[in-house]
Amino acid sequence: MTTLTIDQNKYVCQTGESVLDALLRENVNLAFACKKGTCHSCMIRSTNVTPPQSAQSGLKNTLINQNYFLACQCYPEQDMHLKLPDQSDFYRMGTVVTNELLNRNTILLIIAFEDAFEFNAGQFVNLQRSDGLTRSYSIANVPQQSNTLEFHIRRLPGGKFSEWLHDEVSVGDSIAVSEPGGHCFYLPERHEQGILLVGTGTGLAPLAGILTDALAQGHTGPIHLFHGSREVEDLYRINEMHQLAEQHPNFNYTPCLSGTKIPDGFVMGRVNDIVFSQFTDLKGWRVFLCGHPDMVNQMKKQAFLKGAAIADIYADAFLVAQH
Amino acid sequence: MSNTLYERIGGEPAVNAAVELFYRKVLNDHRINRFFENADMDKQIAKQKAFFTMAFGGPNSYTGQDMRNAHAGLVKVGLNEDHFNAVMEHLGATLTELNVPGDLIAEAAAIAESTRKDVLGK
Ligand SMILES: Cc1cc2nc3c(=O)[nH]c(=O)nc-3n(C[C@H](O)[C@H](O)[C@H](O)COP(=O)(O)OP(=O)(O)OC[C@H]3O[C@@H](n4cnc5c(N)ncnc54)[C@H](O)[C@@H]3O)c2cc1C
Ligand code: HEM
Repeated sequence: MTTLTIDQNKYVCQTGESVLDALLRENVNLAFACKKGTCHSCMIRSTNVTPPQSAQSGLKNTLINQNYFLACQCYPEQDMHLKLPDQSDFYRMGTVVTNELLNRNTILLIIAFEDAFEFNAGQFVNLQRSDGLTRSYSIANVPQQSNTLEFHIRRLPGGKFSEWLHDEVSVGDSIAVSEPGGHCFYLPERHEQGILLVGTGTGLAPLAGILTDALAQGHTGPIHLFHGSREVEDLYRINEMHQLAEQHPNFNYTPCLSGTKIPDGFVMGRVNDIVFSQFTDLKGWRVFLCGHPDMVNQMKKQAFLKGAAIADIYADAFLVAQH
Repeated sequence: MSNTLYERIGGEPAVNAAVELFYRKVLNDHRINRFFENADMDKQIAKQKAFFTMAFGGPNSYTGQDMRNAHAGLVKVGLNEDHFNAVMEHLGATLTELNVPGDLIAEAAAIAESTRKDVLGK
């Protein structure tokens, strides 16, 4: 018999009873479907102990690493503290220390915290305005001594949150920031593996973090970054990426433009087409896809069909709330 | 032998390996890929895992009625015997590629075949 703790509440898990069955018996509202470990509907997270291995079977490495597990497959061996997917996030206040333009429609926003902020480069957080309006944004840097998080935020014309960040938020303002989430990040394993990073627009933000992380952790395999947008004015960090490519022989950078004006040094076309004209076989590659949902969903399937293993494809679709 | 087919084929790791191969084949097969064009690949893959776990006689609680319900929407948009045969073809080819012994492939195929009426809503 073990104890399950969620927030302040404690529940008993009987011997031979799964975490899912215990929580359902206790009337805790948790999504589930197959109860066989296949559908992953009941995935939750342990905040104190490593879950039994059998409850993590079939999950992505980056989820296993954060102690996610399947409640229906988990027969606890010790007391567990749990975090459910819809459990309200813990927010803390940060202070804006930089708000400047990266290009004509994207700002660099840097938020500083008093204490260390733990995250993996490539994860995202929710930012919240004082009236409760909340949006997700990807972290673009790796953990810093200065406890700062960096964001790249594109102005969506008429967009409530992005226009507010662009037009009204200034240095010195405070803003609420959630705990980090998402499983699109670099794990220091298989250093010789090829890494493909593909992003559109501010999809560069998580990729820049992942790239910095991989290089800092001594990744030796080839790393290819493709960054796409319509016009050259919508790309950013172009010189910095070229410089990085000069410093790291295993890093390669390709800026892509889908519009009609293509200056020297840029490749014409949509990122998907450009990537797959250069890569016919992605067997053994680790693939990161971030940005426009259509690009991400299409590329996910294409990368898989070109041989990348399902477990090696990490994606963040920047879904925009529909209302 | 007392072990289940699921265990003899290799359990969950075998299911994962089979899904990789099988789903690539299905998406590349113009006869049936329209049924799998769901935008959310992760959800599709979870369903493929359910498919293999079941074909291997592994832990699952699907009834004939569940199989009817799961495929009823597809039958409405034209799922027929030919499509079913195509899936059987890919199942066999996938397991052959994974070097599963012939007698085990035959067992898995028989389990899948037994769902034909329900899957096709007959
Ligand atoms: C995991 C994740 C990570 C993200 N990371 C980032 C990031 O790093 N940087 C970033 O800039 N954004 C990121 N986003 C997107 C971000 O969360 C917001 O959706 C975005 O900033 C728009 O919010 P808004 O309040 O300004 O727009 P809203 O007020 O929500 O306006 C959206 C409205 O615009 C409509 N709309 C949808 N698409 C478009 C379009 N292309 N053009 C015009 N109108 C449209 C929608 O129908 C909707 O009604 C991320 C999203 C997710 C889910
Ligand atoms: C050969 C026997 C078959 C078996 C044993 C089988 C088994 C299954 C199972 C277990 C599921 C998951 C149900 C759920 O949990 O929601 C499923 C879903 C599905 N099957 Fe089959 N299936 C078979 C044949 C086919 C065929 C012939 C097709 C189409 C060509 C097909 C297409 C699908 C699709 C598209 C889904 C997902 C439906 C959804 O998105 O809800 N299946 N199948």
